[in-house]
Amino acid sequence: MFGKLTWNAIPWDQPIPLAAGMAVMLVLLGVVAWVVAKGHLPYLWREWITSVDHKRIGVMYVLLGLVMLLRGFIDALMMRSQQALAFQAPGYLPPEHYDQVFTAHGTIMIFFAAMPIIIGLMNFVVPLQLGVRDVAFPTLNSTSFWLTATGALLVNISLVVGEFARTGWIPYPPLSELAYSPGVGVDYYLWSLLISGVGTLMTGINFATTILKIRAPGMRYTRMPMFTWTVLASVLLIVAAFPVLTATLAMLALDRYLGFHFFTNAAGGNMMMFVNLIWAWGHPEVYILVLPAFGVFSEIFSTFSGKPLFGYRSMVIATMSICLISFTVWLHHFFTMGAGGDVNAVFGIATSLIAVATGVKVYNWIFTMYGGTIRFATPMLWALGFVVTFVIGGVTGVLVAVPPADFQLHNSLFLVAHFHNVIIGAVLFAGFAGITFWFPKAFGFRLHEGWGKAVFWVGLAGFYAVFMPLYVAGLLGMPRRLQHYDLALWRPWVLAAGVGIVVMLAGAVCQVIQLVVSIRQRRELRDEIGDPWDGRSLEWATSSPPPAFNFAVLPQVRGADPYWQIKRRAIETQQLSGEPDYQAIALPRNSPTGFITAFFATLAGFALIWHIWWLMAAGLVAAYAVFVWFAWRDVDEKVVPADEVARIDRDARRARARWLERNAAGGKA
Amino acid sequence: MAAPAADAAFAGDPYHVGLEGQSGIATGHGEGGPASERVIVGYGFWLFLLSDIVMFSCFFAAYAVLQAATAGGPTGRELFNPGRVAAETACLLLSSFTCGMSAVATQFRSRRWTQASLFVTGLLGLAFLLLEASDFRDMAARGAGPDRSAFLSAFFALVGCHGLHVSAGLLWLGTMMAQVFVKGFRTDILHRLICFNLFWHTLDIIWVAIFTVVFLLGLGA
Repeated sequence: MFGKLTWNAIPWDQPIPLAAGMAVMLVLLGVVAWVVAKGHLPYLWREWITSVDHKRIGVMYVLLGLVMLLRGFIDALMMRSQQALAFQAPGYLPPEHYDQVFTAHGTIMIFFAAMPIIIGLMNFVVPLQLGVRDVAFPTLNSTSFWLTATGALLVNISLVVGEFARTGWIPYPPLSELAYSPGVGVDYYLWSLLISGVGTLMTGINFATTILKIRAPGMRYTRMPMFTWTVLASVLLIVAAFPVLTATLAMLALDRYLGFHFFTNAAGGNMMMFVNLIWAWGHPEVYILVLPAFGVFSEIFSTFSGKPLFGYRSMVIATMSICLISFTVWLHHFFTMGAGGDVNAVFGIATSLIAVATGVKVYNWIFTMYGGTIRFATPMLWALGFVVTFVIGGVTGVLVAVPPADFQLHNSLFLVAHFHNVIIGAVLFAGFAGITFWFPKAFGFRLHEGWGKAVFWVGLAGFYAVFMPLYVAGLLGMPRRLQHYDLALWRPWVLAAGVGIVVMLAGAVCQVIQLVVSIRQRRELRDEIGDPWDGRSLEWATSSPPPAFNFAVLPQVRGADPYWQIKRRAIETQQLSGEPDYQAIALPRNSPTGFITAFFATLAGFALIWHIWWLMAAGLVAAYAVFVWFAWRDVDEKVVPADEVARIDRDARRARARWLERNAAGGKA
Repeated sequence: MAAPAADAAFAGDPYHVGLEGQSGIATGHGEGGPASERVIVGYGFWLFLLSDIVMFSCFFAAYAVLQAATAGGPTGRELFNPGRVAAETACLLLSSFTCGMSAVATQFRSRRWTQASLFVTGLLGLAFLLLEASDFRDMAARGAGPDRSAFLSAFFALVGCHGLHVSAGLLWLGTMMAQVFVKGFRTDILHRLICFNLFWHTLDIIWVAIFTVVFLLGLGA
């Protein structure tokens, strides 16, 4: 009846996951109970869960990413404290649990923290920057989000029901095959990623179509903001790379479920094919994450220097070159496979070519600041911290791209320090910078600057305190993923990293305080006109938060930095452009399709993990039924009448007119 | 034949590239603003098909790597049945033709001929699936199932993945016939029919690659 699922699946004898799981469940139940008791459920259902508005979906993505970031950070705390204690001692985490912790940490941080934060920023910002009303396929967008949430949910269920994989976040066979991982851990990994991978692929298709086909009049390619350009490169990579992940994980699932021999030791299976295939996805994945991060920083450097981005065209060329070359470097993840000196040399050189394109970007950012009027607001601090940190990460990256050096550093903590250096230094910093930068646009008030700066300085210090010692430990030969160790030489560096993560924890606490303080002081921090940073691109041309339709009339774009031009004209002529001719706007109707699909996908995924075949069949039939039900609807748009559009837009124009007057008065005084 | 009356909206845009009579300024190309719904839907679906082809190419690559790894078991030359493969190919290619005919019938807004062509397409697709299933059953009965060798794993995964796509296509086809029957040629249903046509022809293209890489090369080896 319930397949492999029995009461023994719950780890009664392991207090740590049990207590953690119970605590999470209690918190969740508490939140749900509070929502129901306060009567917020209809609001949540109507305005968020069933929303197909790209802005709402973007906010939900970022929220999911931040919650999972916290979960992944708790895993990191456990690993650092285990290693700090486990010198010639067993520590407090037994090996089978420690292995699950580092696997869950990597999986969660990449797929359910970094990806949702980046995709959330894409969702919120791109249609606004393009000057349009929504993405190409709004309901599909909601489905993408909920499928990602399904994946995150399945990973978290593994905390209390069964176990997670003990294979590392890239589950290399034969370890991940049934013979060596007979439990459900790898299956949790496979189905949560296969399901959320479908969501990511659909996001890629959705945004590629949006950017290539839906832009405001006059928004030529060479006028698109740099963030939108980098998102384009990133989503093209998603469309080309995520099917590879799906195929690879499907092959591993076939091996485990139906006795296939793709990657087994027996019957001619080829485990190095798994390594090749998964890194053919895995390396582009790095750029799926980091290119939009570069885009965020490009916007920030330009805005806070009060100058157009230096070398716009070279930036576009560098972005698209990285997009292409990222598909030709995957073998540098396993130089030690033994493909031979020539093959390794080709991939080493290709890898160094990416460093050239990235170098172009770094110089462009520096020259953007040159001669500018720089304001050191929190987003700009993150951007400056990024440039310094990322250059260090890039240099160590070029070091491991040299095959002979890589043979020494492979599988060591040096490598761990390197990729945390680039992923934290670029993607996570961009996440915090982007959230601070666009938060006022999303909610209508800024985040508290003082606490924001505290998050930056403490976080930056914590990052260096954790990972610089790990570089040294790696150079001293310490392998990654050690549950315990006996060599006194590594001890001080491991302890230093353990102290560092406490500093990082302080940064996380500052972040929570910043959110609480900002929400409490939201009236003082109010952004009335919708342009809190003196911005340049079209998202600042609408009010904060933007109306459901984003723009009352689609803006006419006449050059790069279109909002800067509009603003300059308004200041010079001391009046806003004439009131447009308001017309009724058709918006896509809300739909629970995404939520219901994800609900059945969760059931089907859970059933597959535990071999509950009837439930899997029921989940699939129900998913198909939802699909037909959605396809059958007759009304898919709601209309905002012209006078409603006019009322909303006139409010926004009044606020801007007031600002213009104040600005003129201030100028005279 | 004259252009169908219902397509008067495309008078200034005979090839349906999204010009929509906007005096020479194309939509979706920067100056003209957002593209038409039809272009957006078609474009998105093309991107999906490209991603699907990337997924198939992984299974092709795995097959190419593993095709010699028979682990002492039967080879393709011993297993493949040229007659049945020819019959499967004929079914699928003919179904692509009838699918194309349904698109022509839709252009002329003929519900009867659209439904008839879609129905024949479905029958041919079903025949293909039944032939393939019996093929798989025979191989499994001879002890040549996917668990016998890495070669057979790759074979069953690649050909089976295509078979799954055809099955999903049949489900979609049935849904589309029901929608045309109940709702007629509404704009969104026309868009879905375009996407279905693209999907079905793509399955044909993938089959041609399977026919060449798996069966022709396998039998000739």
